[in-house]
Amino acid sequence: MTTPEAVAIGRAAGSGSGRWGGGMLAAVLLLLLLLAAGPGRAGAGRARRDALREELLLSPLPAGDVAATFQFRTRWDADLQRGAVSHYRLFPKALGQLVAALGVRELHLALTQGFWRTRAWGQPPLQAPAGAELWVWFQPTVTDVDKAWKELSNILSGIFCASLNFIDSTNTVTPTASFKPLGLANGTDHHLLRYAVLPREVVCTENLTPWKKLLPCGSKAGLAVLLKAERLFHSSYHSQAVHIRPICRDASCLAVSWELRQTLTVVFDTFSSGQGKKDWSLFKMFSRTLTDACPLASQSKVYVDISPKNKEKELLEVTPPPTSVHEAIVQGDKRTYAVYDLLSPSLFNTSRSLNVQLKWKRPQDSSELPTPILHAQRYVSGYGLQTGEISTLIYNTHPYRAFPVILLETVPWYLRLYVHTLTIITKGKENKPSYIHYQPAQDRRRPHLLEMLIQLPANSVTKITIQFERALLKWTEYTPDPNHGFYVSSSVLSALVPSVIAMKDVDVEQSPLFTSLFPSSDGSSYFVRLYTEPLLVNLPTPDFSMPYNVICLTCTVVAVCYGSFYNLLTRTFHVEEPSRGGLAKRLANVIRKFRGVPPL
Amino acid sequence: MAAPLVLVVLVAVTVRAALYRSSLAAFISERVEVASPLNAWKRVVEGLALLDLGVSPYSGAIFHETPLIIYLFHFLIEYAELVFMITDVLTAVALYLAIQDFNKVVFKKQKLLIELDKYAPDVAELIQTPMEMHYIPLKVALFYLLNPYTVMSCVAKSTCAINNTVIAFFILATIKGSAFLSAVFLALATYQSLYPLTLFAPALLYLLQRQFIPIKLRSKSFWLYTMQYAALYLCSLVVIICLSFFLLNSWDFIPSVYGFILSVPDLTPNIGLFWYFFAEMFEHFSLFFVCVFQINVFFYTIPLAIKLKEHPVFFMFVQIAIISIFKSYPTVGDIALYMAFLPVWSHLYRFLRNIFILSCVLIVCSLLFPVLWHLWIYAGSANSNFYYAITLTFNIGQILLISDYFYAFLRREYYLTHGLHLTRQDGTEAMLVLNCAFHCDLSHQLWAVQEELKKVSELIPGLHLWPRRSSDHKLTVTASWRCLLLWRFPLHCFDQ
Repeated sequence: MTTPEAVAIGRAAGSGSGRWGGGMLAAVLLLLLLLAAGPGRAGAGRARRDALREELLLSPLPAGDVAATFQFRTRWDADLQRGAVSHYRLFPKALGQLVAALGVRELHLALTQGFWRTRAWGQPPLQAPAGAELWVWFQPTVTDVDKAWKELSNILSGIFCASLNFIDSTNTVTPTASFKPLGLANGTDHHLLRYAVLPREVVCTENLTPWKKLLPCGSKAGLAVLLKAERLFHSSYHSQAVHIRPICRDASCLAVSWELRQTLTVVFDTFSSGQGKKDWSLFKMFSRTLTDACPLASQSKVYVDISPKNKEKELLEVTPPPTSVHEAIVQGDKRTYAVYDLLSPSLFNTSRSLNVQLKWKRPQDSSELPTPILHAQRYVSGYGLQTGEISTLIYNTHPYRAFPVILLETVPWYLRLYVHTLTIITKGKENKPSYIHYQPAQDRRRPHLLEMLIQLPANSVTKITIQFERALLKWTEYTPDPNHGFYVSSSVLSALVPSVIAMKDVDVEQSPLFTSLFPSSDGSSYFVRLYTEPLLVNLPTPDFSMPYNVICLTCTVVAVCYGSFYNLLTRTFHVEEPSRGGLAKRLANVIRKFRGVPPL
Repeated sequence: MAAPLVLVVLVAVTVRAALYRSSLAAFISERVEVASPLNAWKRVVEGLALLDLGVSPYSGAIFHETPLIIYLFHFLIEYAELVFMITDVLTAVALYLAIQDFNKVVFKKQKLLIELDKYAPDVAELIQTPMEMHYIPLKVALFYLLNPYTVMSCVAKSTCAINNTVIAFFILATIKGSAFLSAVFLALATYQSLYPLTLFAPALLYLLQRQFIPIKLRSKSFWLYTMQYAALYLCSLVVIICLSFFLLNSWDFIPSVYGFILSVPDLTPNIGLFWYFFAEMFEHFSLFFVCVFQINVFFYTIPLAIKLKEHPVFFMFVQIAIISIFKSYPTVGDIALYMAFLPVWSHLYRFLRNIFILSCVLIVCSLLFPVLWHLWIYAGSANSNFYYAITLTFNIGQILLISDYFYAFLRREYYLTHGLHLTRQDGTEAMLVLNCAFHCDLSHQLWAVQEELKKVSELIPGLHLWPRRSSDHKLTVTASWRCLLLWRFPLHCFDQ
């Protein structure tokens, strides 16, 4: 029994039998096997209602690093919202029930360690800000969005072992323009959207394991074999994400299918770990090789980016020879991919495992890095702990096209932004944003939200600065390491970048997965979402060892006032009474009395 | 008299104009001692910018000015420097006129009392002469306009200057005896910063005195006048608040201004006592102490009203000082207002006990504020405790200064009625001491215990532990026991 159905049924039974005893397990297994032999086979004749596609994209980056992007897409032709779903096959039950119970229309969760250096690495297929990012569109039927959001973040926190339960009103915003639904949506009432970033979140193995468990094959077969934690976290950038969205079931779009994409991007620094050579192989990077496709997958492919950098002949060679070569236009750039189809039987004929290798024929001078059309950087300036300034530089390197970009800044309340100090300067002139949405922070309740639509002229740098004041917090509001500083989450740039090359309309179902998460509006531009660096800002701190002293000292000062005034208010002046002498004099008199000497 | 005042005004305006043009202006306006979250100019500009963006200025935690300030600066934002100079000049002129009038009243009252022979015969040197009093109004204006605190407050464009102007006009209206204007300006001052609410009592006392209405709780005319004044005050307050409501068409300003003043959420360091106390406070006691500290500001009004019912202007001075010490976001501008009154009490100078030390403390603290701030915030070589320590010292200095003035005032009043040269029963020079009504200081208690033991010893014949006193002490044993009980409250016998 090695057919996909059997594995699936085994999984289903396995997941269902968790709380039952061993005897029950055997009985149920038998029952399920019988069921599988009967109507299940007959059902297989009909169109399969769910499908898994897995895909690995390996792309050498200009600076010599290698980015590996895994995508696992589970598509299910069922409406989760109707609540009629009780039998889960490929779609993880935990997420499916979550979507159904909380009225989630779209869910995007990313856990990232490191920062994608757009300038050196080029446009990422899927970037995410450092830390944890969660944005969710709720169904219009959800009445209390905040409650659902709170509940959702707590459940996700449990599922992914991440500190998403720290998402509360102080770091949640409702952007008005930056985040549009990626899937099927009628109406974009942004009150149904919630967006939060936890820039301090550290991503590690404990987040990867539950993520892998959501995969239909786990990490036992298929591409997921490569996901070995000790290699994945020994990298410059690690980002794992879960995207759930409703999509059209077919071209006519009469019914809804649900899509779950699990993506994982990792950047290896092969240049420094490979003794100055940029050659790499799957084994070198992951210390594993591929042996088979996931038996449940309807498609399992490895893409290697072999696009010639210049018009010269190819400088690199990949072994073993690819099953096919695919050409696509990705992010305004013509790319060539060597494709290994793990489901094609010819691939594993010669050797039992697939270890894709890439060799450079001659050393490539990496002096001229192609700069991406849109990139940005952000930093905090100023000295001292009283005020400061956040500066964002947005570069448009397109030679002749201007395009608008939406900038979203979420700044925690303890940096008090002064929106009147906002300046946007392009080429020495003030650049007035055509749309601005500002929601000022409220102390201990909500963060600042600043959204702007800025026009970037061709070949320009736009500098956006805003001043802030650092607040002194209560001593219990500081993090355990207060002098480390406080993180400010990345700002988000969303833009439709004009493409240099005209893009063809391609069938989404057939094209590689990495091209199809963001819908491109037309042939002439493509959607890019960039995240800038998170910021680390120091705040003034009180002395944490002082609470008792401060309470005592301040109360003493108040008591000094109270005491003086009490005296002056309640007492009156009197002529001094005849002195009876002090205590010493009286003691002396007592002694004198005993001695029989007259008193003083 | 007008010429020197004009000269003072000209000098003050020149100093301010020069400072506005200098590089110091930016430095001063960033100082936390000068600009608190409640009245910083930066926040006014921010509020107007928010309004321009179509966002309610009160939706954030930055802007805490009243709607009338928005309305004022909506038109005058371009002339802000001029506005602040004018408000300072207006404050000084109002104080000048008020004190001029007050001096006349003081002089008349003094003359009357001398004629009625209410003063002791040997107090000639305590009587204020017209010569002394002549320059007091000018000195008041000078103290206000050229006080470095006022100058800095004006250069930083802290809206505290506007509050001071309103309070100065309120004082002027009160002293001139206009109950209506007094109530209106008091309502305006309350609306601006809430705490001037406590000035209701001194104003009422002054107006009653001016109307020759005896302050007796049984008296019908007293209650009638009080009701009239209170009604005027409340009506104007309601009108102003409704006006603010119609300006922005929302009640958001109430929590954002008064809630902010009362609950102290912004812990930006300032010269007051609140910021570090609540930064270090245990979470579950926070509300309790907020209540205690806020009640503390309003607490002194009634006892002061009882004690100082004959001297409402001095009461007003003490009350303004208490507000400026204990308000939640004090700035040096608030201090400048009560310091302007110090020349009025220059006749108390001979009774002040430690004015030299206290003025040194205040000056040194004022100089140390920026130094320790720099060490904490910029150099990183000190921590928050340094700045906190200096705020404590500064506040102690202010408290002792005010209580010293209060002490001197009471002492002078005593001398005026009892004569300057007090003698004991045996004819020797006597010392004046402050004793509480129950004679409850420590020596008296010891004396009471001694008396008690003496009675016991009388029961046992032949035992003579204590020397017999022939003089009958006026202290009774029952009273002393009451004192003992009271003395258990440690502040009761705070050593003066």
